[in-house]
Amino acid sequence: MRALSILWLFAKLGFQNEAAYRANFWVQIFESVLNIASALGAVAIVFARTDTLAGWRAGELVALLGVYFVVYGAIHIVISPSLTKFMEDVRTGALDFTLVKPADAQLLVSLSEVRVWKLVDLLLGVVILGYGLWRIAADVGALEALGFAIALVAGALTVYGFWIVLATCAFWFVRLENVLMIFWNMYQAGRWPVDVYPRWLRWTLTGLVPVALAVTVPAEALAGRLSARNLALACAVALAVTLGSRWFWKIGLRRYSGASS
Amino acid sequence: MTPFLRQLYAAFLRVAVAVELQYRASSVIWLLGVIVEPVIYLAIWSAVATAQGGEIGGFGPQDFAAYYLVLTLVNQITGGWHMWEFQFRVQQGQFAFLLLRPVHPIHGDLAENLAHKAVMQVVLVPVVIGLGFAFAPRFALDAASLALFLPALVLAFALRFVVEWTLALACFWTTRIMAVNQTYFAVLFFLSGRVAPIALLPHWLQGAADALPFRWMVAFPVELALGRLSPAEIAAGLAAQAVWLGLAWLGLAALWPRALRRFSAVGT
Repeated sequence: MRALSILWLFAKLGFQNEAAYRANFWVQIFESVLNIASALGAVAIVFARTDTLAGWRAGELVALLGVYFVVYGAIHIVISPSLTKFMEDVRTGALDFTLVKPADAQLLVSLSEVRVWKLVDLLLGVVILGYGLWRIAADVGALEALGFAIALVAGALTVYGFWIVLATCAFWFVRLENVLMIFWNMYQAGRWPVDVYPRWLRWTLTGLVPVALAVTVPAEALAGRLSARNLALACAVALAVTLGSRWFWKIGLRRYSGASS
Repeated sequence: MTPFLRQLYAAFLRVAVAVELQYRASSVIWLLGVIVEPVIYLAIWSAVATAQGGEIGGFGPQDFAAYYLVLTLVNQITGGWHMWEFQFRVQQGQFAFLLLRPVHPIHGDLAENLAHKAVMQVVLVPVVIGLGFAFAPRFALDAASLALFLPALVLAFALRFVVEWTLALACFWTTRIMAVNQTYFAVLFFLSGRVAPIALLPHWLQGAADALPFRWMVAFPVELALGRLSPAEIAAGLAAQAVWLGLAWLGLAALWPRALRRFSAVGT
């Protein structure tokens, strides 16, 4: 509850900040539409030559792209800007001000920056997701919807834990902004189901960078092709990554000695 | 080249190589950005070819592997990042310092670009060879095509560099250069042979690729190196590269003085 009220507060602040630059909203719409149109265009070009890709039909891939952009938007709204700011704060010593606040430090650094215009990505992702489901005329039953919700939450927790681990490295290596690029470079592979890739790449995208868990697994749940076993596995990984990243964060925080002058 | 320019480039290159070697970790992250996209589309088209009975449009999985591995190199060698850098130059007022120097700022950028490419090959070439073991490409090389590959690559690099540098001048007129950049990169992605070899695109996109300069920046040298082009196509391609480079150069020469007149320094 406390986390939600803090998030709401930062969201209001973020909105007030960005409402001052209203033209950015239109630029954001342009960029998001272009981004999504490119992704859909690539799918159209591939499916002009084939009917299925590793067992996925075109409509299912469109739904997968919807999930991709929902997760992409969610990361861009709060996780990426907040943790980028956090890494900068470690460098400049401004993290001191966060640490003296009477709330959990990990919670504060994870929510401190909210980019409301990025909601456009998330909402367009939902539209694309709906369109894909309509294309395959999927009667998404209650069971599939539940599986999707669970898989999406598990994927989100895994991605968040991964980002926390990357960002926590800032306590040891001070100049590290580039490290976040590793995530974005690998994340673009999530536009396609990971079953397409060769085995070594599939394992990288599941184990090293959790792209598969964030995008492919929830989309599989919607398309009704996710086994209960794999769903349970995704939940177990999410739990392990959440606990592990929390532990790693605490170790990192103990190293922080402040750099304010 | 005048002795002054030769000295200038020697100095720029020394500095740029030193900077490259200083930030080795970020070079590795750059490398990831260079190889991920071609590997994705290589995997997808291989899967499609396999599903369609082993071949589509004259490409089997091993041909796709050869195509995309060569494309990884060509795309890296011809590519640049100046369109992104111009934004920071304007926002942080760095242009004032660049303009104070008694040479055109394009020289510094060109030297920096060449130094980065030279240093990056040391890691990129082994990685591409490693990917070759993973994807088992099939090459049908012939000496004549390989000999013409080098001039085609140099022309492609020059064309892309001048076009991107000219487009980046848009930042003198608008601060929202991100939208310009993204549009350019989206078009480049579809029409330069990166999303698929040009021959596999829908017909109307192939027509667009023929009419615009993008395919000459990446796809043409790749197809040439793989020996997929007839002598007539090679001659036409080299001519198209030269013509587009000339047009881009004229555009740059016309825009640069106007951009300078728009310039007002942001002091620091």
